[in-house]
Amino acid sequence: MLSLRELSVEVAGTMLIRELRLDVGVGEVVGLLGPNGSGKSTALRCVYRALAPSGGAVLLDGTDIAEQGLRDTARRIAALTQDSRADLDFTVEEVVALGRSPHQRGNLRLSAHERALCREALRRMDITHLAQRSVLTLSGGERQRVLVARALVQEPEVLVLDEPTNHLDVRHQVELLKFLRDCGLTVLVALHDLNLAAAVCHRIALLRAGSLAACGTPAEVLTPETVHAVFGVEVTQVTHPVTGALQLLYDLPADETEGISR
Amino acid sequence: MVNVPEPLRLFAEPEAARSDTRAARPRRLAGPVLLLSAALVLSLIAGIALGPSNVALSDVLRYLGKAITGGTITGDEVTGYSIVWQVRTPRVLLAAVVGAGLAVVGVAVQALVRNALADPFVLGISSGASVGAAAVVVFGLFAGLGVLALSTAAFLGALGATALVYLAARSKFGLTPLRLVLTGVALTYAFQAVMSVLVYLSPNGQAAQTVLFWLLGSLGSATWASLPLAALGVAVAVVVLLRYGTALDVLSMGDETAMSLGTDAAALRRWLFLLTAVVTGLLVAVSGSIGFVGLVLPHVVRMIAGSGHRRVLALAPLVGAVFLVWVDLLARTLVAPEELPLGVITALIGVPVFLVVMRRRGYAFGGR
Repeated sequence: MLSLRELSVEVAGTMLIRELRLDVGVGEVVGLLGPNGSGKSTALRCVYRALAPSGGAVLLDGTDIAEQGLRDTARRIAALTQDSRADLDFTVEEVVALGRSPHQRGNLRLSAHERALCREALRRMDITHLAQRSVLTLSGGERQRVLVARALVQEPEVLVLDEPTNHLDVRHQVELLKFLRDCGLTVLVALHDLNLAAAVCHRIALLRAGSLAACGTPAEVLTPETVHAVFGVEVTQVTHPVTGALQLLYDLPADETEGISR
Repeated sequence: MVNVPEPLRLFAEPEAARSDTRAARPRRLAGPVLLLSAALVLSLIAGIALGPSNVALSDVLRYLGKAITGGTITGDEVTGYSIVWQVRTPRVLLAAVVGAGLAVVGVAVQALVRNALADPFVLGISSGASVGAAAVVVFGLFAGLGVLALSTAAFLGALGATALVYLAARSKFGLTPLRLVLTGVALTYAFQAVMSVLVYLSPNGQAAQTVLFWLLGSLGSATWASLPLAALGVAVAVVVLLRYGTALDVLSMGDETAMSLGTDAAALRRWLFLLTAVVTGLLVAVSGSIGFVGLVLPHVVRMIAGSGHRRVLALAPLVGAVFLVWVDLLARTLVAPEELPLGVITALIGVPVFLVVMRRRGYAFGGR
């Protein structure tokens, strides 16, 4: 179980997140939602250890991860970060294989089992055909899938993803989120798309200005009142006619948009 | 209560793993390394055998044999022997050491600052060395060290410059790549200003000459004494860096990703910075700042061998050594008895080779 306990991050006198308290149960998918700059990425950075919190702690099964080595954390928590741009001409295969680096000391030497892991991750992310391609020649969405594959070969218990659907086309957005829901891993994912979040997340944590504004099931959190209070937009809650999932419709007056487009 | 689905057991496929025979094996390294080592030995012999004064190959080999096994030479052999053993051999060996060192440090620096245009001198090291050397000429520093005064001062200048760059670039977010490069470039201008003042104050033209040597780079002052420290530094760098191949791969993925993969990017960068600074300082002290090698050879090796640092770090020093031995040979024979600056030859050979390889391989460093 992953727990954020009164997590605070202060940078240059500004509180980016303030006393954040959040639990993600084993196998649970929790979506982190909020406007730009509300602290989603900051909170995730603390979990994958790119940032040390200035207060509070991130607990993994009750143990403060700050007390373990980076490598120990990396064996259990894998991340899809936002700075994932590469400059070097690595092949897709090489990038995915680096997911094994927390499990080894020194230079990578993949066992047959580990190579099978890498191939399976490529297949899962539908990028087997790209294995020998340079990552620099991929589209944004293809690259995103490569990085998810790398996170998977880390064989983590917890998957932390910072806006994983960025650059993905609709099909791969839906497939990735479906995968997150079904993979059985503990997932903490920052998302922008409220409807995708409502469809796949067990629970949603809504951030506003670094604090937790609401936390609960999609139905509890994504009410028109809360969404308006946090995002400042008017929405209508509807039930998906086929899946029964909660969905939001944005109340954009049709004539206004027409006026803009003409 | 959350409804948790059965885990997919994504990777629980021991059967598939065991029967796996078509797994892509890591590309072999031994062949290219052997080939390049053989090329290096031949290049060293060619470098020692050829030169402005004509010494027959059989004589060259005989002198080398005698020098190594401790035989005696006759009176009329003294000239040839000293050309081969006192002049050419240390120079050719130094070319190999410096070429290997610049190439391997170039690879490390490019990974360290995550910048394709970085070379060993981007962090202000060469201009710092020039300031040190100019100070010796103008103020007569380290006079007690005799011929080693210039090298010592250049080394200390290089280290001083590195320390300044480090302190100025440091922030509470650690040593970020862009800050390092910007600080290095900015301080290079400052060191050049100091150097210009020193040259201007210098009573004779000697300071200008000395500074020019350090700025352009040359192997003309090679002696046996200049070899051991530089060779040791390069050997240590190669051995250490080879063990950090995967760590450098991880570092190239970006700092946040590196942290999420269990590699402390800030600590690794500090460490690499120290290692590359000391080795570059040792190289600059004996050969000045020979450009091009540390910038372009890492790219040439990546184009041919791929970007995986373990391969690149194994091949780059050999390629660099062979390259600089031949460049130096051309520099001292093309217009003998005059010598061409090394930079002229590195550019004449290196640039066309670089362009051809880059165009043929569809190299995509830095993205589309």
